[in-house]
Amino acid sequence: MKWDWSAVSDFMPHFWDGLLVTLQILVLGSLVSFGLGLVWALLMRVPSRWVTWPIGVVTEFVRNTPLLVQLFFLFYVLPEWNITFSALTTGVVAIGLHYSTYTMQVYRAGIEGVPVGQWEAATALNLPLRRTWTAIILPQAIRRVVPALGNYVISMLKDTPLLMAITVLEMLGEARLFSQQNFQFTEPLTVIGVAFIIISYLASLALRALERRLVH
Amino acid sequence: MSTDTLPNPEKSPEQSGGELIRLEQVTKRFGDNTVLDHLDFSVDAGKHVTLIGPSGSGKTTILRLLMTLLKPDEGTITVDGQKLFPATEKERREVRKQIGMVFQQFNLFPNMTVLRNITEAPVTVLGMSKDEAVERAKGLLDLVGLADKCDAHPAQLSGGQQQRVAIARALAMRPKVLLLDEVTSALDPELVAGVLDLLRDIARTTDITMLCVTHEMNFARDISDQVLMFDSGRVIEAGPPEKIFSEPEHDRTREFLSAVL
Repeated sequence: MKWDWSAVSDFMPHFWDGLLVTLQILVLGSLVSFGLGLVWALLMRVPSRWVTWPIGVVTEFVRNTPLLVQLFFLFYVLPEWNITFSALTTGVVAIGLHYSTYTMQVYRAGIEGVPVGQWEAATALNLPLRRTWTAIILPQAIRRVVPALGNYVISMLKDTPLLMAITVLEMLGEARLFSQQNFQFTEPLTVIGVAFIIISYLASLALRALERRLVH
Repeated sequence: MSTDTLPNPEKSPEQSGGELIRLEQVTKRFGDNTVLDHLDFSVDAGKHVTLIGPSGSGKTTILRLLMTLLKPDEGTITVDGQKLFPATEKERREVRKQIGMVFQQFNLFPNMTVLRNITEAPVTVLGMSKDEAVERAKGLLDLVGLADKCDAHPAQLSGGQQQRVAIARALAMRPKVLLLDEVTSALDPELVAGVLDLLRDIARTTDITMLCVTHEMNFARDISDQVLMFDSGRVIEAGPPEKIFSEPEHDRTREFLSAVL
């Protein structure tokens, strides 16, 4: 095996394309999972089985089936019902939905971790329920869960190559395409491996900075 | 001390000195444990009433019922002629505006500054303008001796300071009734006096009705118009503090006082 720097420079334009797509999946997927996870967590607190039971079943199902199966399902089965999205949109929805079933548990723990005295003080001050959530409970709950949410972002980063299976050309997809066309595997795969490490490292740095900012 | 920042509920003639709080046949159970057993009692407007008694005798339960943190299993609770129980949640919200509470564990909002802790409810609940709320909050912080702590967060304050902010926060809503639930129990001994002195000042200079649960018998003696001795969910003895503390009639009261004094 020998290392060929010219293969690296040939691959780089494709790499930048792939990097952009990977980052898009990561950022949009994270936003979807953060938003949807919070929605699940809040709906699970509605005091009615008609709400909590279906959501419990669906999220349990999504959490316990492989992301790859969900990707295929959304990409190949939904179009049969005339629901079609671009591969990238489908991938973002799938990965965001999948991870939302984990972030909902993180939020739940964060919400339950807010001391009951905070609720009591809000009642004593006659604050409306909505305001109690937005001004008191959620700010404290979210502050607690930022580190755990961040870990899921890094975990999600490592799942982004699965989108290759539904034709999304993220970093691994670009590397594979380049390898098959040029019969050079080592250089592109090494480049994206290093890129994954760098992105995780930068993400964890950003996360730690955010955590520090949230702690007074 | 500036008195304009203190709550000074306007007294209509029929209320003045009249009955403000009434509990009738109130029963509260936790599982098999009956904490309050068909309790009747009332508090007149402007009075300072202290509830004493062994732990588990139901004193704190009464404050929590009045703050609607608990619901009674039976009985009615009325505040200023309006039903608190039984009532709809909407009616309860109205009645609750007249009641403030200070907790044993302070329960300040750690994600807000001291100033915001005090202005939050006047702005969102009473619809006060932000400027007015801030001005009044600063007056109250001055009153509790923490004018320089506006921008601090609760975690940066001592327990005694936090409790004084909590008192200011409750007063900012201009309640007619202030419920004090063992407000010095969680404080280091050297910080207790400051909080009690503040409450004595408030008791002396306002016409706010106070209901205290406390183990500070000297404080109870100082501020109370009436002391109620609780045992097993019932009031077994009631009277002015001079009488309860000096010549208690009931054996249980004597036992309790000799244990705590």
